[in-house]
Amino acid sequence: MSNKVFNIIVPVISVILGLIAGAIIMLLSGHNPISGYAALWNGAFGDSYTIGETVRRITPLMLTGLAIAFAFRTGLFNIGAEGQVIVGWLAAVCVGLYIDAPMYIHLPLAIIAGALAGALWAFVPGILKAKLGVHEVIVTIMMNYIALYSVNEIIRTVLTDGETTSATIAPTASLASEWLQSITFYSRIHYGFLIALFAAVLMWFIIDRTSIGYELKSVGFNPHASKYAGMNVNRNIVLSLVISGSFAGLAGVMEGLGTYGNISVMGGFTNLGFDGIAVALLGANNPLGVVLAAILFGTLKEGAGEMPTSAGVPTELVDIIIALIILFVASGYIIRWAILRFKKEEK
Amino acid sequence: MKSKKLLLVAFILGLGLFLAACGGATEEEGNETNTEKNDETTSEAGNAADYKVAMVTDYGGVDDKSFNQSSWEGIQAWGEENGLEKGVNYDYAQSTEKADYMPNLTRFVRDEYNLILGIGFELKEDLQTAAEQYPDTNFALVDDIVDAPNAASITFREEQGSFLVGVAAAMKTNTNKVGFVGGMRSPLIDKFESGFVAGVKSVNPDIEVDVQYAESFADPAKGKLIAANMYDNGVDIIYHASGGTGNGVFNQAKDVKQNDPEREIFVIGVDRDQYDEGAIGNHNVTLTSMVKRVDVAVQDVINRGVNGEFPGGEQLVYGIEEDAITIASTNEEAMTEDIISAVEEWEAKILNGEVEAPATPDELETFLESL
Repeated sequence: MSNKVFNIIVPVISVILGLIAGAIIMLLSGHNPISGYAALWNGAFGDSYTIGETVRRITPLMLTGLAIAFAFRTGLFNIGAEGQVIVGWLAAVCVGLYIDAPMYIHLPLAIIAGALAGALWAFVPGILKAKLGVHEVIVTIMMNYIALYSVNEIIRTVLTDGETTSATIAPTASLASEWLQSITFYSRIHYGFLIALFAAVLMWFIIDRTSIGYELKSVGFNPHASKYAGMNVNRNIVLSLVISGSFAGLAGVMEGLGTYGNISVMGGFTNLGFDGIAVALLGANNPLGVVLAAILFGTLKEGAGEMPTSAGVPTELVDIIIALIILFVASGYIIRWAILRFKKEEK
Repeated sequence: MKSKKLLLVAFILGLGLFLAACGGATEEEGNETNTEKNDETTSEAGNAADYKVAMVTDYGGVDDKSFNQSSWEGIQAWGEENGLEKGVNYDYAQSTEKADYMPNLTRFVRDEYNLILGIGFELKEDLQTAAEQYPDTNFALVDDIVDAPNAASITFREEQGSFLVGVAAAMKTNTNKVGFVGGMRSPLIDKFESGFVAGVKSVNPDIEVDVQYAESFADPAKGKLIAANMYDNGVDIIYHASGGTGNGVFNQAKDVKQNDPEREIFVIGVDRDQYDEGAIGNHNVTLTSMVKRVDVAVQDVINRGVNGEFPGGEQLVYGIEEDAITIASTNEEAMTEDIISAVEEWEAKILNGEVEAPATPDELETFLESL
C-alpha cells in the first residue's frame, strides 16, 4: 500500500480505537457506553443550538491546526500558536473598539490586524531561528507567556480602567450574524467558519500550487539540500513561521470578533494553540485532514458537556479519548506494521 | 492464517454493531429532547419539589475547595433538606474553559431549570447574555453584578472579612512582615487586598505588606513559588485570595514547617475554613480563614425563589451582618484569646459603622491617610 493510503488509514483506525477504548473505560467505570456516546452525539448535534455551538468551537481549532500544520510542513514546530492566538485576539478587538468605519472597511481591517499581530508574534522566533539558530520551540513557548501576561496587563490598563473585560466591539467589526443565531436558537455561531475554510484552501494552494510552497516543503524535507539547490533557507524559515502565525492570529480573530466580541483577562492559556498541535497531528499536516480533524475534536469537546448531565459520564472521559487518539496516531508505526502483517499473511 | 482473517471480520462486525447501537439510541434521545420543549413558566410559589436549581462552575471546578464547592454544598444542603434528587431537581455543570460557560448555561435553560446560578465573576458576560435571551428563567450570579429583571446578583463584603483577618495577622506576626497572594488582579480581588492591608495597618501601621499576584486562580505551582519567596524574605503570615493557586501556598507553608517545626509561619485561608489544608504532623499552618458563606447566600436565594419571591434585578450584598462573612477560629492553638478579642473588637466597630473597610485601592489610600 502506498504512503498516501496509510496517511488516511492510520488516523481513521486511531479514531476508532480511541472511541472503543473510551467505551471500555466507560464500561469499567460502571457507565453505559451507548448512552454515554449518545449523550456526546446529542451534545454536539442534538439540535440546531448545539450544531451552532459545535461549528463555533470547530472554527478556531481549524485555524490553529492549519497554523501548526503549515509550520510542520517546513520542518518547524510552532508551539507558539497559543500566544499568536492571544495577540491576534487583542489586535482584532482593538481595531473593533477604536476605529470607526463602515463595515466593508472595518471588518476586513480588524481581521487583517489580527492576522498581522499573529504573524508579528511568529516573526520573532522566525528571525531568531534564521539569524542565530535559536530553536523555535523554546522561543515560541516563551512568547506564549509574554503574550498572555502582556495582553492581560493591556486589558487592565489600556482597554479598561482596572476591569477584567473590555467593552464590546462596534457592530461594524463583528463576525456574528443575527441570521445565523436566529436559525440556531441563539448559539454563538458566526461567519468565521467561512474564513477558516478559506484559510484551509489557501494553505493547500500555497503548499501545493506555488513555487513558494515548493521551497517551503523542500526546506522541510532537507534544509541542506535546499540550500545546495540555491534556495534561501533562512528566508523560508521566517516566511513559514509568519504564515503560520497569521493563521493562528486568525483563530484569535474568530474569538474576538465572532464568539465573544470582546477580550477578557485570561487566567491561563486558551488551549486553542495546544489543541491545534493535536489537530495537525491527526490531520497529517494536510489542509483537508486538518479540517476533518478539527471537526472531530470540536465535536468531541462540545459534546462532552452533555455527558455528565444526561449520562452521568464525567467530561474528562473525552480528554482521555482525545489523548488516546493522539497516542494511537503517534504510534501509527504499530498500526502500519499490523496492517502489513495481515497483508503479508494473506499472500 | 485463516483464523486471523476471521478475527478481523469478527472485529469489524462487532464494531459495526457497536456503532449501529450508538446511532439508534441517539435518534431516540434526539426526539425526546425535541418534544420536551414546552414553555412552562417559572417561579410559581410554594413547593420545592417543583423547583429545579442548577449551577455552572467557573473553570476552578466543583471541587476547588473554594467558592464553587461552597455553592454546591449550599445547593446540596437545600436538596437534602427537601428530600430531592441530584440530576432531577438540582445539578451542576463544570466548565473547563471560558468557552464552556455559555453552552452550560443554555443546557440548563433547555432542561427547564427554574434557577440557574453562575459561580464567579468570570461568568458575568455570558450570564448577562443568557438572562436577556431567556427572560422566563431566573438566574443568579455570585461575585459580580448582572443587570436583568430576571437575574439576581449575589455579592459579598469580602473587604470586611479581609479586614478582620488582617487584624489577626497583624496581632500574630513576629517579623512585622505579612504577605498577600492574589489570584488575578480584578475589582473582586481588590476587595480582599484593600480590606486586608487596611486591617493590618489599623493595628500597626509599621507592618509591611508584601502584595503579589499569581495571575491565575488555578496555578498551585505559581502559588508555591510566590509563597517560597515571601517566606524566604521574612514574611511569616500569608493571606491568599487565589482559589486553587492557594493550594500551592499551603504546600509551601507545610514544607517550610516540616523542615523547621520551630519556625512560626502561617497561612490565612479564604472562602471556606481551610483548617484541614494546613495540617502537617502535630502542627497546623492555617491561622484562620476568611469564610465566605456562599452556601448561605445560595440557599437564601433558592428559598426565596421557591416561595415565588425571587429577587430578580436586585443586588444582594452579604456581609458580617448577614452572617455570610465570618472568621474561622478552628486553630485554637494559634488563634489566642488576645487575637480573638481584638478581632471581635474591630468586628463591632465595622458593625456599628465606626470603621468602613475599604473595598478598592482608592478607598484604601484614603483610609491609610486617615490613620
